Amino acid sequence: MTTHAPVTTSAGRTGPVRAGRNGTGAVPKAKRKVEGIYYLFLLPSLILFTLSITLPAVIGIFFSFTNSIGFADWDFVGPINYIAAFSDPAILQSYLFTVGFAAVTVVVVNVVAFLLAVGLTSRIRLKTALRTIFVIPMVISGIVIAFVFNFLFSNSVPQLGQSTGVGWLSESILANPDLAWLAIVIVTAWQAIPGTLLIYIAGLLSIPGDVYEAADIDGAGKVAQLTKITLPLVAGYVVINVILGFKGYLNAYDIIVGLTNGGPGTATRSVAMTIVTGFTSGDYAYQMANATVFFIITVGIALLQLALTRGRNVL
Amino acid sequence: MSTQPALVVEQVAGTEILEGRTPKRAPSRFSMERVNWPGTILIALCSVTVLIPLYVTISMAFKTREQAVDGNAFSLPNPISVEGFVAAWQLTNFPLAFTITVLVTLATVAGTILLASVASFAIARNWDRKLFRWSFYYLLMAMFIPFPVLALPQIQLTGLTGLDNPVGVTLLHIMFQLSFSILLFTAFLRSIPLELEESARIDGASTWQTFWQLIFPLLAPMSATVGIFAFLASWNDFMMPSLIISDPSMQTLPVVQSIFQTQFSNNYNVSFASYLMAMAPAIIVYLFTQRWVMEGVTQGAIKG
Repeated sequence: MTTHAPVTTSAGRTGPVRAGRNGTGAVPKAKRKVEGIYYLFLLPSLILFTLSITLPAVIGIFFSFTNSIGFADWDFVGPINYIAAFSDPAILQSYLFTVGFAAVTVVVVNVVAFLLAVGLTSRIRLKTALRTIFVIPMVISGIVIAFVFNFLFSNSVPQLGQSTGVGWLSESILANPDLAWLAIVIVTAWQAIPGTLLIYIAGLLSIPGDVYEAADIDGAGKVAQLTKITLPLVAGYVVINVILGFKGYLNAYDIIVGLTNGGPGTATRSVAMTIVTGFTSGDYAYQMANATVFFIITVGIALLQLALTRGRNVL
Repeated sequence: MSTQPALVVEQVAGTEILEGRTPKRAPSRFSMERVNWPGTILIALCSVTVLIPLYVTISMAFKTREQAVDGNAFSLPNPISVEGFVAAWQLTNFPLAFTITVLVTLATVAGTILLASVASFAIARNWDRKLFRWSFYYLLMAMFIPFPVLALPQIQLTGLTGLDNPVGVTLLHIMFQLSFSILLFTAFLRSIPLELEESARIDGASTWQTFWQLIFPLLAPMSATVGIFAFLASWNDFMMPSLIISDPSMQTLPVVQSIFQTQFSNNYNVSFASYLMAMAPAIIVYLFTQRWVMEGVTQGAIKG
């Protein structure tokens, strides 16, 4: 991504100018003295960040090699937590559910958001009003909207099913261990589509209009234009949306708590939900091992994202 | 409610710059100027899926207890009643929960903008120094660490240091916003011509004065984006406050909504009135700031 960009632009530009300003312009390469106030600007962030992000990370990884229950005495136990965690059916199931749910959601969200973006950038009326409406779900609290959908899924939809005589609708899907995950996909998609949509709109708007005019003249149909012009030109945006989305859905927590609270049974318990049981069930060290593995997976996806987006000029 | 967004949009529409499609509307495209009506209708129908849950929330909130209990979510309130709001106000101790959430959110917004902008200024203007360059990458690290990974040790540490309260949540909210915000600020700072700062310095301004009186005002559009993201993340967060804040009476608005899942579970008008009061502030803020929200998402994705 752009993390590597500043190296070239900034260093190239600020370096020489800077030296000139400090009155040592005669020797541009000379090491200038950094004004003290700059350290003062940077230090609060560095200190607070280290105390609230880095320190917990180090402590967490450290305790994952112990038998700590979150307080009281502890001993080193080596990598035993890691071995135990990955022969634990509950943890394996949470990974299976979370990855599967994230994969399905990514597909649903991207297909719907892309089609909506195509629609919202075509010659339709009420463009701004419609876009305003489509973005609203993004600003609503996940837990609150999950409670609203919880009511709809467990009361309104079954009622609708009973009155229309459609059998499979008349029971709450939240109570069905095989279908509850669908409800979570629906609500997550409902909330995640706006962000994805906005990125696709930006992508579609970056395609110059005359490309389509040329295609029109050459006699390309609308479908051919969509698959042969639009899709390849927004490929970079697809990559971004898929990876950012997948990374986000892996951390699913709020919406699941509001819809099923991990149930029925443990059918929809996500990795995040499993990890935070560590405190209440006295499995602190054990779940910290789980969290560490989860962290490594997240970093792996982030590196994949860097590898895929670096060097692409689309963005 | 359903007409409200449209009204606001019309006002903003004039200043809308995201809308880069004007060339397409220009007569350059032969006589293909016609409006895509089937498309308009199709998209409008899709928008109903967004509006239904919002409509249900509003109509349920204004029902009487008797009407709400029948479970028909789609009927209009008849008669319109505010008893749900009155009950929700008391049950959730709304004034306190609202105040706590507002304070946490405001402090998160202000803290994120201030900390991130000064740090970004220091980093961008000293990019040739290793310390500042490495600090940049170090601070960016948190973009790859989701909260669930750090939740357990953070619960432990906030408990030990007496920060298991809204103050601790504010601090953590700021820290999780910091990476993204610094990324946006440094990118923006690189686009500000250095000549501006130099002329300020020639006039005798100190670094602090240069930052506060010249750079910080110039950062305003980016501060708006950073601020709105901090606002949404903080106002809507459930996971962190529910795990960090140990005293249930000090909980934030999204967390207190869970009382309706266990107690009072049949008073749907009360619970929906409460949900509405929790989500309305964010929707209202969004309607007035949507331009920055939309631009922010795009920039965030491209930079992040």
